[in-house]
Amino acid sequence: MKILVCISHVPDTTSKINFTDNDTKFDTTGVQFVINPNDEFGLTRAMWFKEKQGASVTVVNVGGPETEPTLRKALAIGADEAIRVNTPATDGFSVAKQLAHIAQSGSFDLVIAGRESIDYNGGMVPGMIAGLNQVNFVNNCIGLEIEGTTAKAIREIDGGKETVATSLPLVIGGQKGLVEESDLRIPNMRGIMMARKKPLTVAEPITATAQTSSKAFEKPAPKGAVTLVAPDNLDELVNLLHNEAKVI
Amino acid sequence: MSVLVYTESDQGVFKKAAFEVASYAKAIATDLGTTVTAIAINANDTAALGTYGVDNVLQVNNDTLKAFNANAYAQVIKQAAEKENATVVVVSSSADSKYLAPLLSVGLNAGYASNVIAKPESTSPFKVKRTAFTNKAFEITEITSEVKIVGVSNNSFGLVESSGNASAEDFSPSVPDLGITVESVDKASDKVSIADAEIVVSGGRGLKGPENWGMVEDLADVLGAATACSKPVSDLGWRPHSEHVGQTGKPVASNLYIAIGISGAIQHLAGINASKVKVVINTDPEAPFFKAADYGVVGDAFEVVPTLIEKLKAFKAQQ
Repeated sequence: MKILVCISHVPDTTSKINFTDNDTKFDTTGVQFVINPNDEFGLTRAMWFKEKQGASVTVVNVGGPETEPTLRKALAIGADEAIRVNTPATDGFSVAKQLAHIAQSGSFDLVIAGRESIDYNGGMVPGMIAGLNQVNFVNNCIGLEIEGTTAKAIREIDGGKETVATSLPLVIGGQKGLVEESDLRIPNMRGIMMARKKPLTVAEPITATAQTSSKAFEKPAPKGAVTLVAPDNLDELVNLLHNEAKVI
Repeated sequence: MSVLVYTESDQGVFKKAAFEVASYAKAIATDLGTTVTAIAINANDTAALGTYGVDNVLQVNNDTLKAFNANAYAQVIKQAAEKENATVVVVSSSADSKYLAPLLSVGLNAGYASNVIAKPESTSPFKVKRTAFTNKAFEITEITSEVKIVGVSNNSFGLVESSGNASAEDFSPSVPDLGITVESVDKASDKVSIADAEIVVSGGRGLKGPENWGMVEDLADVLGAATACSKPVSDLGWRPHSEHVGQTGKPVASNLYIAIGISGAIQHLAGINASKVKVVINTDPEAPFFKAADYGVVGDAFEVVPTLIEKLKAFKAQQ
């Protein structure tokens, strides 16, 4: 089984989010970039398929050379090879188009992408890859077993979960649950050394027209201080929620 | 030309989110000087949609579509959009709508903006405001394609009634091979889901153990709220993963979010920050959640919550 894991290069969760160029660009100054958490759960599940079922694991990212350390980290975790599509990630559709092309031309059986990236939160790339390549797609996937070409997946739905049966080729929108947080791997020294020798191919992009364009950013208005209510005065809390906040 | 809205239903009954996206579609249609057409799959109470501005309903009744199937539903909505020459398609932010929207986007060659929180700032160019950076910022996105898909964030626009009547017509689109079949569903049918809830009551590790969740559920019952939990609680197996809210769990965009015994780690706050009003109950006045909350009670949850339940019951009885 050939697995392609899509890796988004995103600011670490604890990063300060600021903008430059008149609030039109994300300010990367001092920001540490990491593998998108939802992708990392998928990568770890892919490693399971590699170790237990002999799958090969390729990681791919669409972006400039600055994203290569993130791909190297994925290699250090255990992926066999990496591909960087050499074009800036401008919008969900154009990124999905590049990834769909890589998935199709490389005859990958399983494509795992995070259900959304934690920066733009578009939540559209996995579905678009599936739509472009006309293959099966399971989003919000929290469990995946594959035997031959048949797959059993668990999807998180509003208020619960459902188990579905499907077949390869398949695209997964992954998230926590594919593996647990305690299963995530920190690259060890041996992995880091080996990652340096693994192939990282730079692929030139295909033509893809963006359908959306980011125009500007705004930060939320600063929040006022919390209104404290004494624990022996909860009538006041009910009163505030009803008359001031108007939410009950 | 009209604005098409996908009005979701559950067991044949429209979800609240369906009325919200209908209200949103009406607002766009008014700006564009056109009408709103809804596409409803296996839901028959279509007259209710008129109240929220829908002019016409394309009604699909098809047993193959009984269980949700993202690709099949996307194909159905695509055919409806083509029939109506729709230039704007509006969907909700439910798990199902977020699942089908990218497939629909490819099918219609239409740009898709998700997590949109307000009416378009302008319709030409078509610019919308959406949340990004996991609620730490807003992004103004222009959809540049000819057909546009807008995914409206739940509880962001609200319900707007208008005096209208929705006419209904049968619509029989072709349905593709499903490709994916549902084998089993595990869902608490008597509970409000986090995505649909206007109020969410959430518990953290401060509650000490799963046996103490009774008061969280009681508080949720009084308020008609959904129950949720922090990541450590789901990691410890005290509550199911489907209740985990936060960055790697479910996003919450409720009107009221009550956090009990949750310290407010940055990943948790990222997932719930879209909620309009936040209340925190915690023994530790230094808990970071107090900086993010609108109202706070510094106190022992085991004393505060039961009292709060009594106060709320008394309040509800008066209403």
